[in-house]
Amino acid sequence: MQAFTQLDGLVCPLDRANVDTDAIIPKQFLKSIKRSGFGPYLFDEWRYLDHGEPGMDCSRRPRNPDFVLNQPRYQGAQILLTRDNFGCGSSREHAPWAIADYGFRVIIAPSFADIFFSNCYKNGILPIVADAAMVDRLFKECEANVGFRLKVDLPSQTVTLPSGESFGFDITPHRKHCLLNGLDEIGLTLQHADEIRAFEARHQAAQPWLFV
Amino acid sequence: MAGKTLYDKLWESHVVREEADGTCLLYIDRHLVHEVTSPQAFEGLRLAGRKPWRSASIVANPDHNTPTKDWDKGIEDPISRLQVETLDHNIKEFGALVYFPFKDSRQGIIHVIGPEHGTTLPGMTVVCGDSHTSTHGAFGALAHGIGTSEVEHVLATQTLVAKKSKRMLIKVEGRLERGVTAKDVALAIIGKIGTAGGTGHAIEFAGEVIRNLSMEGRMTLCNMAIEAGARAGIVAPDEKTFAYLEGRPYAPKGELWTQAVAYWKTLKSDPDAVFDAVVELNGADIAPQVTWGTSPEQVLPIGGCVPDPAQESDAVRRASIENALKYMGLEPNTPIEQIWVDKVFIGSCTNSRIEDLRAAAEVLKGNRIASNIKLAMVVPGSGMVKRQAEAEGLDEIFKAAGFEWREPGCSMCLAMNADRLNPGERCASTSNRNFEGRQGPGGRTHLVSPQMAAAAAIAGHFVDVRTLL
Repeated sequence: MQAFTQLDGLVCPLDRANVDTDAIIPKQFLKSIKRSGFGPYLFDEWRYLDHGEPGMDCSRRPRNPDFVLNQPRYQGAQILLTRDNFGCGSSREHAPWAIADYGFRVIIAPSFADIFFSNCYKNGILPIVADAAMVDRLFKECEANVGFRLKVDLPSQTVTLPSGESFGFDITPHRKHCLLNGLDEIGLTLQHADEIRAFEARHQAAQPWLFV
Repeated sequence: MAGKTLYDKLWESHVVREEADGTCLLYIDRHLVHEVTSPQAFEGLRLAGRKPWRSASIVANPDHNTPTKDWDKGIEDPISRLQVETLDHNIKEFGALVYFPFKDSRQGIIHVIGPEHGTTLPGMTVVCGDSHTSTHGAFGALAHGIGTSEVEHVLATQTLVAKKSKRMLIKVEGRLERGVTAKDVALAIIGKIGTAGGTGHAIEFAGEVIRNLSMEGRMTLCNMAIEAGARAGIVAPDEKTFAYLEGRPYAPKGELWTQAVAYWKTLKSDPDAVFDAVVELNGADIAPQVTWGTSPEQVLPIGGCVPDPAQESDAVRRASIENALKYMGLEPNTPIEQIWVDKVFIGSCTNSRIEDLRAAAEVLKGNRIASNIKLAMVVPGSGMVKRQAEAEGLDEIFKAAGFEWREPGCSMCLAMNADRLNPGERCASTSNRNFEGRQGPGGRTHLVSPQMAAAAAIAGHFVDVRTLL
């Protein structure tokens, strides 16, 4: 996994609540057996005017000029700003794969759906929960200022506005450690293999029917 | 000290170790696997030279991509076929307790076949790379969806890195009217608390209405917990649970059965247990529900009218209503009963079990679908459900009414196979999500119970099924 420490990135505002994973990456793209290549199909139904299918050359497809990702001022954005309950619906990890493949490293919203939230950390994406009033303000500033950027610093858990003002965010020490170091969580867990085996033996003794 | 909730008990009995920040390694008893969210996980194992920790925990079968008709032609879409063949190959290489390949007579939707074969048991932890894994909470198991990285983690370590959720109790007391089902209870709950209402929580469903639900009804309810934002929904096991499980192929037998039931009877919240949130509903107040928008929380009782965004003061919510009405092609203040439908879909991991099919057939018996219905289809949840329904003659009732009787699978719940809505088509669907494009690009989904779907098929538009029973 790609490590995350600091980012000074352009912000792209997606002003909708309850953006679901079907909207982030529609089902026809889930047929892939790979982890890569989903970026061109991110928000496919909103981003393009035609119907997308896997394998299409997206550079030739008609774009929806009203969709925010297509606006010239947001090209190269690495921070996605959005509203409540982002990533609701299906558990498909193809959603964070598409977001990361497109180039976003940070998502800021007042709230996230649970499964999506934990999927982000497995893919080097930092989801930041900010209070609704701050998110409102960021939307306004982003709209008013072309080239609006934010500085995100994971070690100090802060987001800094161009004015120099900043706000903090929460992250569990475990997730922070993994993200800062780009760690493979399976390798970390297998360091405790003896404990897992010992637990398994106790569990089997207590509930033998689970191991039939 | 306050007593423990059922969730506390399930959680604590599976903690392998706990970090200072509360992050736990949680032992996983049952791992359900399907073709869409597993290929990258198996590939990860292979690349790292790892093996599954306990392949006997795996129950697998393809369901999302499989066609529901013309099985003799196989899977015509080459990309879908490759994904299904990849699962065959991975299970052959890595092993599983249970695997039903495409066309096996027992194959079906993973959340239907697991319980059907007794591979989901009370007290278990159950995961699957699928958000509707919450279904299995109906048995008093701690069950939730995970992402593909976590699928790989569970394969390699038999554990999940997780933090405990908050505890929510949803109590539904009283009695349901005839024609009001578990699906209506689920939608009414989501209408009340919203699609993020349960975020960060594990929900325990309790109360007289829940106790009176069949196991199929409890599965429908727990299935929709994720639509309320909660990863897990749980119902305490009782005599109904034990009766459902006894004799199923992978349920314990003989002395082990007696031991297991004795343990399962302890799986309930203590009388003095404390919940972080409590929500109460009265079953008698719940009418048949119909969603009108593009989120399951955009739902109304059958007697309601589509909302008017002009009446909404909150800007974000007003924009959500406007977007939804535009996508759904609906005018503000339209009575739900005046919404006409083009297609009817009875199926999905929410509502494709034998009880669902019996309920829909009861409404349809002796009736025909309306002339404006372009397609009405029943997709049973599994091969076993299909054969049971045929043994009861339900297939004949559906066919006589004008429904197509299909092979099992996820089908038009998410339209990964060939079953889908065309742009602009409106569907009365017993599935779980009415998101934009969910049932096909531009398709318009209204979520309802199987009875309400059957009633809409007969009338051509939504009607109160209570007037037909």
